[in-house]
Amino acid sequence: MANETEKSTREPSFYEAQTGWKSWAFTLDHKRLGIMYLLSTMIFFFVAGMSAILLRTELLTPQGDFLPWLNQGLASLFGNPITEEAAKAQSGTTFNKLFTVHGAVMVFLVIIPSVPGALGNFLLPLMLGAKDVAFPRLNLASYWIYTIGACFFLYTLFAGGLDTGWTFYTPYSTSTGTAVISATLGAFILGFSSILTGLNFMVTVHKMRAPGMTWYRMPLFVWAIYATAVIQVLATPVLAITLLLLIVERWLGIGIFDPAMGGDPVLFQHFFWFYSHPAVYIMILPGFGIESELIAVHSRKHIFGYKAIALSSVAIAMISFIVWGHHMFVSGQSELAGIVFSFLTFVVAVPTAIKVFSWVATLYKGSIEFNTPMLYGLMFLFTFTIGGLTGVFLGAMSLDVHLHDTYFVVAHFHYVMMGGTIIAFIGGIHHWWSKMTGRMYHEGSAKIGALLVFIGFNTTFFNQFVMGGQGMPRRYYTYVPQFQQQHLLSTIGAYILAVGLMWTAAYLLWSLRKANKKIQPDNPWGGMSLEWQTQSPPIEHNFHGTPRVDSDPYNFPQIDRTGEVDGSH
Amino acid sequence: MILSMLMAPEGSATPSPDKLPATPQPPWETMHAWAPLPEASTFAAGTENLYLFIIALSALFFGLIMGAMLWFMAKHKRRGPDDKTSSITHSGKIEFLWSAIPSVLLLVIFVWGEVDFIKQSVAPADPIEIRVTGRQWSWTVEYPDYPGVSFTSSTETPEITMMVPKGRPVRLMMTSTDVLHSFYVPAFRVKRDVLPGRYTTMWFEATQVGEFNMFCTEYCGDQHSKMTGVVKVLDPDLFEAALREAGKLERNVEDGVRESDKDYGARIYKRRGCDACHSTDGTPKVGPTWQGLWGRTSEFVGGGSLKVEGTAGENYIIDSIREPQKNVVVGFGGAAMPSFMGQLSDDQIKALSAYIKTLK
Repeated sequence: MANETEKSTREPSFYEAQTGWKSWAFTLDHKRLGIMYLLSTMIFFFVAGMSAILLRTELLTPQGDFLPWLNQGLASLFGNPITEEAAKAQSGTTFNKLFTVHGAVMVFLVIIPSVPGALGNFLLPLMLGAKDVAFPRLNLASYWIYTIGACFFLYTLFAGGLDTGWTFYTPYSTSTGTAVISATLGAFILGFSSILTGLNFMVTVHKMRAPGMTWYRMPLFVWAIYATAVIQVLATPVLAITLLLLIVERWLGIGIFDPAMGGDPVLFQHFFWFYSHPAVYIMILPGFGIESELIAVHSRKHIFGYKAIALSSVAIAMISFIVWGHHMFVSGQSELAGIVFSFLTFVVAVPTAIKVFSWVATLYKGSIEFNTPMLYGLMFLFTFTIGGLTGVFLGAMSLDVHLHDTYFVVAHFHYVMMGGTIIAFIGGIHHWWSKMTGRMYHEGSAKIGALLVFIGFNTTFFNQFVMGGQGMPRRYYTYVPQFQQQHLLSTIGAYILAVGLMWTAAYLLWSLRKANKKIQPDNPWGGMSLEWQTQSPPIEHNFHGTPRVDSDPYNFPQIDRTGEVDGSH
Repeated sequence: MILSMLMAPEGSATPSPDKLPATPQPPWETMHAWAPLPEASTFAAGTENLYLFIIALSALFFGLIMGAMLWFMAKHKRRGPDDKTSSITHSGKIEFLWSAIPSVLLLVIFVWGEVDFIKQSVAPADPIEIRVTGRQWSWTVEYPDYPGVSFTSSTETPEITMMVPKGRPVRLMMTSTDVLHSFYVPAFRVKRDVLPGRYTTMWFEATQVGEFNMFCTEYCGDQHSKMTGVVKVLDPDLFEAALREAGKLERNVEDGVRESDKDYGARIYKRRGCDACHSTDGTPKVGPTWQGLWGRTSEFVGGGSLKVEGTAGENYIIDSIREPQKNVVVGFGGAAMPSFMGQLSDDQIKALSAYIKTLK
């Protein structure tokens, strides 16, 4: 750990080591790329979040009022006024485009790249005691490929938008008049970024570990990123093939998914979910990794069941490839296939349950500090447990028949994706903020933010379970008035959540001001993993010399070893 | 529905079957926000029991997990920088238990869901056969055993889209003319995707007289959320007569006076779902408006135009109903109109044509 004398002779951080725009655009430094991913994903998080706010505002009333008003207002603003009837007629499409933007941008541009791209890039080499990832140039390529893919998405927005939903189901996606090809090309290109990042991380974990860092001495975040990387490399090519087939189908009409030409529209769903179900775990496994770090470090307790947590990530990664059919119980796939997929879905629930139990057990007899990262860690246990348990409802076939494509599903995956990944990600950003920026945010403001996010999130989504159970279908622009009160509650929650997230962005950005530039302790939480053993922000080559590892990263000095036989841990 | 039951205010229960108003009142207006969903088919109780069972189990586990978490949070709060923590790292016994117990419970849930699902897949012998056709954005429901009877949902107002007798199994043979749709009746707890180029089947037996919401639950574009209808469950004694009365789309003849082409056409316009895509008041929808269509010059995709009048105009209208892709009006190429060849009789097409001519 750094002491005062070291601080006066600090080396320039990786920010100061080089300057100028080229030092960013062509950087090979994993830390700079991590920061660039963080910025990019947060910009798209804002875009996708705002479209959700527009959706929720529209859903305040059952019959479609806000979007027609908005469309009419925008049209007259651009000097091209339209009648109220015309605005009403086109607003259904506007709604469909908005939920497509929300879903597609959140999945492909935010959640998938967020934790691996931002925190994974920044932390993986640091945690392994390496100077960089295995292929720094490939890493730079991944980032720019991501940017190109993102440009295709932006083009799609300006070329009239996309109204297929993020799932691109055929034959609607081959017949709609919106910009399907540019969007699918975008997702196709983003897939390559994901594959290359995964490949890079896999090789890094295999080959770049510091001397003494055995597999079971790796931080659990590394295990999670590693399991994610395996899925990224193995599953994403299937998405690429699927999207390519869709593009060819739409462009040349070859008829793979077109029943009129002997094709099969359900085949697309099989292809799509063969990637997109594992992709759910690409999204959530890194969140699990962050959670393990937050819980252990802030309770200064050895993580409970290290091996179980590490290996359950790998188990989840493997099983995730053979459960895709549970998205299709009512799609017309065979009953036998449905039964097998249902069974495997319950199998995947077990390693997930083990993780949750292990995190709670880690708290036992710990020294729990209720700082912001830990609040997010505990919030994760609350929201993700709900997300996980409600998955059990959907895995049971007869019940899924009822709940499929209703708001119950919407609530479930938001509790997993937002309540799991995004909550963990925000917690991780707070946990490693001083490491990444050299500044500390205002703790009181951060606690207010965490409270707003918690209240807003649960108000938005919890009653959507009830709504779904009563049969409210998803992706509905207008709805039966019976559901208005519940929609109202959801919308109020969404506004609170939005305020909480903006507040969070505001105090984090405020912490970067010049006046706040006092030197932070390198290791404010007393973490034992290697990223805490270098200065904040780290130097360009991460460490002075090569670190050596002789214990796993959860052996905190506060652990009471009295009465313990030597070498028992 | 434990939550909604807890929150249901007094007097919010759905009206009992015998007290249903004589004039059909759509279920939209009779159901209260937090009222429990009716259990109106033989499947509903099974699904609902499984739902309650998993809610109970989830509540138990959530309670245990959160209880432990809150207890540890209170008990092991950091008191000072030198707090000692326990050296426990794992425990084979506990880890085995918390893997094994959920596994057994999950297995029970799996089997329960699977058994009920199989019941839903196999229709009993001799059901009432119903044909369901989904298209953007209406449902057409026909009864092979009752020729001439059909219903089509409307995007404008909730209407009776299907009639079934209480206590008799019905089997739906479903297909789509364009994209994917999904047929969902929440009160019956049944749902099945409707696919183009393939038949999917579904069966149920209604157990409660009344009217129930029916939704499309597979996203199908522009007016997906308006592709809804009402399923009316009748007493078996009343079923046949009511079905023939409500479902017939023949020309009315009263006191020997035939219904006029214009009135008959207007009924077909509503009943066969033309109104989903074509307005009669000039509003642009997915298809061209019918207002002023007669006498207007239409420009077609791929060149060519026609002033819709005289014999050529008549033929154009008939062609557009039977083979919509023959002449597509510029600006309306996005969603494909399905062909109504064989679905509308010559007399019905004639009536529609006459109706269009009156829309000045």
